[in-house]
Amino acid sequence: MRVAHYLNQFFGGVGAEEHAGKGLEIHQSAVGPGRLLEQLLGGEARVVLTFVCGDNFAVEHQDELTAAVLEKLSSHSVDLFVAGPCFDAGRYGMAAGALCHAVQAKFNIPAIAAMSEENPGGDLYRDALYIIDSGTSTAKMRDVLSKMAKLTQKLIANEPIGSPAEEGYLRRGWLRDQLVEKTAATRLVDMLMAKMTGAPFESEMPATAFAPVPMPAAINDISKAKVMLITDGGLVPRGNPDRIEGTAATRWGSYSIAGRDDLRAEDYEVSHGGYDTRFVQEDPDRLVPLDALREMEKNGVIGKLADEFISTCGRSNPLSNTRRLGREMAEKIKQDGVDAVILTST
Amino acid sequence: MQITSALPIAKMVGSNRVVLGTGIVHVTGDAKLAPADEKELRRKLVQQALDALQSDKRQ
Repeated sequence: MRVAHYLNQFFGGVGAEEHAGKGLEIHQSAVGPGRLLEQLLGGEARVVLTFVCGDNFAVEHQDELTAAVLEKLSSHSVDLFVAGPCFDAGRYGMAAGALCHAVQAKFNIPAIAAMSEENPGGDLYRDALYIIDSGTSTAKMRDVLSKMAKLTQKLIANEPIGSPAEEGYLRRGWLRDQLVEKTAATRLVDMLMAKMTGAPFESEMPATAFAPVPMPAAINDISKAKVMLITDGGLVPRGNPDRIEGTAATRWGSYSIAGRDDLRAEDYEVSHGGYDTRFVQEDPDRLVPLDALREMEKNGVIGKLADEFISTCGRSNPLSNTRRLGREMAEKIKQDGVDAVILTST
Repeated sequence: MQITSALPIAKMVGSNRVVLGTGIVHVTGDAKLAPADEKELRRKLVQQALDALQSDKRQ
């Protein structure tokens, strides 16, 4: 079995944070944790390529790094791509996830990473990949690598993969049929009783956890600020030029309101399958309050209203998708020099 | 900041500055009001939004 392995500058032996800007290095053999991985995979497994890249470089030049790794792999046939373990190193986790995702899609070989549940790379790629939960302690290196090796062997042999708890990977959000002894009602009451008595129990519907969002600083003087309107209520120009889906939207659009004091019903429609959209169709200012905010711009209450508003549809959408939409919007907001956003949500 | 009528969702995802809208079907409007009153309501909501943006208080 021929294996390719991705490491950051630290685990790749280049150095600590001061080397985070270092570009991609390629070795023709196992490096650092790759040697142990080779042993744990056993048999004929050989790490034939090790990619080492600085964390800052990897995140700042993600497309370039991905292209370079894919190109190298296309001339070296490998059976498996492994990234990390990354533990709680965020930039490392993001790069590992992106590379595994790209390799898996392009070459259709198993790609596996390991990182902690809180690692932003875990959030982003757990739907798409098997990511072993590494926890945050690098002292668990051997244990994590051995879980990676075990799961990998199953993937390569096409054996059935157990549950996240059995195999140690981050939940991928999949539902799988399973035969059980007790009906749902009995299981529910059992869980409730366990909860009441403080006994341990495992929920069948774990709630999604949201990491706290740091509160951005207040605007000092709104009369000098540039304000943008955003909505997830699906308001789009008539004809829906960006074809924003009315459920599980994969796209967003930005639409000019330059020189307009009011949104007219005849210019817009609503792409959203989750609420009764008639009232907004009648008067789009009921969702995107342009008329009121334009007045405030004219009266000097705010410095400037952005020339475009952003819109998407926030309905039944996987988090991996909505997070991407949010990041893309944030980039535009920064580019446009916007100081504050009013998001209207249905 | 966020104007929404789905407060539990805003809380769940951790929005830091929230102003309560006037209904899921018309967050910044109210179809029951006369047009002039509805616009006045919208001015108030937007002003609250601007106040929230200038405050460091979680709301």
